[in-house]
Amino acid sequence: MTIDSIKNGIVIDHIAAGKAMELYQILGLGKLDCSVAILKNVTSAKLGKKDIIKIDRELDLDWDIIGYVDPNITVNIIKNGERVEKRLLKLPDTITGVIRCKNPRCITSVEQELPQVFKLRDREKRIYRCLYCETQAGK
Amino acid sequence: MENVRSLIDILELSVEEIDEMVACATRIMDDPAAYAHKCDGKILATLFFEPSTRTRLSFESAMLSLGGQVLGFSEAASSSAAKGESVADTVRTVSCYSDIIAMRHPKEGAPLVASMHSLVPVINAGDGGHNHPTQTLTDLLTIHHEKGRFENLTLGFCGDLKFGRTVHSLISAMSRYKGTRVVLVSPEELKLPSYVKKEVLQKNGVEYVQTTDLEAVMPELDILYMTRVQRERFFNEEDYLRLKDSYILTLDKLAGAKEDLSILHPLPRVNEISVAVDRDPRACYFKQVLYGRYIRMALIMKLLGLE
Repeated sequence: MTIDSIKNGIVIDHIAAGKAMELYQILGLGKLDCSVAILKNVTSAKLGKKDIIKIDRELDLDWDIIGYVDPNITVNIIKNGERVEKRLLKLPDTITGVIRCKNPRCITSVEQELPQVFKLRDREKRIYRCLYCETQAGK
Repeated sequence: MENVRSLIDILELSVEEIDEMVACATRIMDDPAAYAHKCDGKILATLFFEPSTRTRLSFESAMLSLGGQVLGFSEAASSSAAKGESVADTVRTVSCYSDIIAMRHPKEGAPLVASMHSLVPVINAGDGGHNHPTQTLTDLLTIHHEKGRFENLTLGFCGDLKFGRTVHSLISAMSRYKGTRVVLVSPEELKLPSYVKKEVLQKNGVEYVQTTDLEAVMPELDILYMTRVQRERFFNEEDYLRLKDSYILTLDKLAGAKEDLSILHPLPRVNEISVAVDRDPRACYFKQVLYGRYIRMALIMKLLGLE
């Protein structure tokens, strides 16, 4: 299966297989009016299988969010058909406005205008905790 | 506000700062008159969005003992929160009327939000099942006064170790001292959460054991910290009724305990310590209340930059 290569845009590569749609939603790529291709279960020497997202436009992305979804992702910036930059990501220390705290006792459950902020507490185990109530993200 | 020092979590205080506050509280106990006017002209606001008479009175007593004055409310119904005002707006307003704020709130993280918007120091006086740093300071002062040290103590925690925030905070605070050993006594349903074991005990290399049998471990303990199985921490009334009498301390159960054991309890007690134990010299839980007043005096002075 082939997808046209892009001339100016972004290729998000080495996404863990099955994670592309999550990233697509979180980054709000559905709101773009350019071509966006999602490739799922692409054979990969490094990962076995991987997902890829190709965006046919130059734009600023929230690198922290991508790093949170999967720090092993690589982002390639393409200009005039050439890769001009390869960005390696890392887990961000803080993520804001991406995930919601699920603790019904958290202040954010009643004051919904408060920013949803999570802090990285364990880099090795990728554990984030709510800034306010310290509940682990995803729990 | 960045240039105002608040206290939201006990771990914001270094071991050295806790030592200083324990020393300050001791000086106050030795000579209360010398501190009777330290806070002349200062106002403490007690914002209690849920009732807690004991904690509120302890703060008010501390401020009055320092010569300051107090204002505030004791339940959300008598505050503007009842009209739907946010914590941030309430605190922006109250910090114009006071020099320091003590806040109790049923929602976890509310005092942190307050500290981000207050012009004056905010003390977390309990936020849901999360933090209650002044209770931990009280416990630490009690331990230091009863034992003369923080190092090389075996602490037994008994009762509700799952929801008991005072237990989690005290374990965190004591994990920083050399030779701390922890004995966890609880029913299966109320065991210490695994994240506290991993992120506090294991991370700090603290030796600990878990058991359901209080009497079996009693002879090992230097401190026995009893807790109440709290109705408000349960979603399900049936679970509460089934577990609330699980661990009741009686004189019989103390038969094998050390002579210099210190029994602590954050209070209020329901029935988890028999009243017969009150007469035992090892019972420290009412002295603990007095220590709570002195350590809050030391804290208020510290946050106001008066010591």
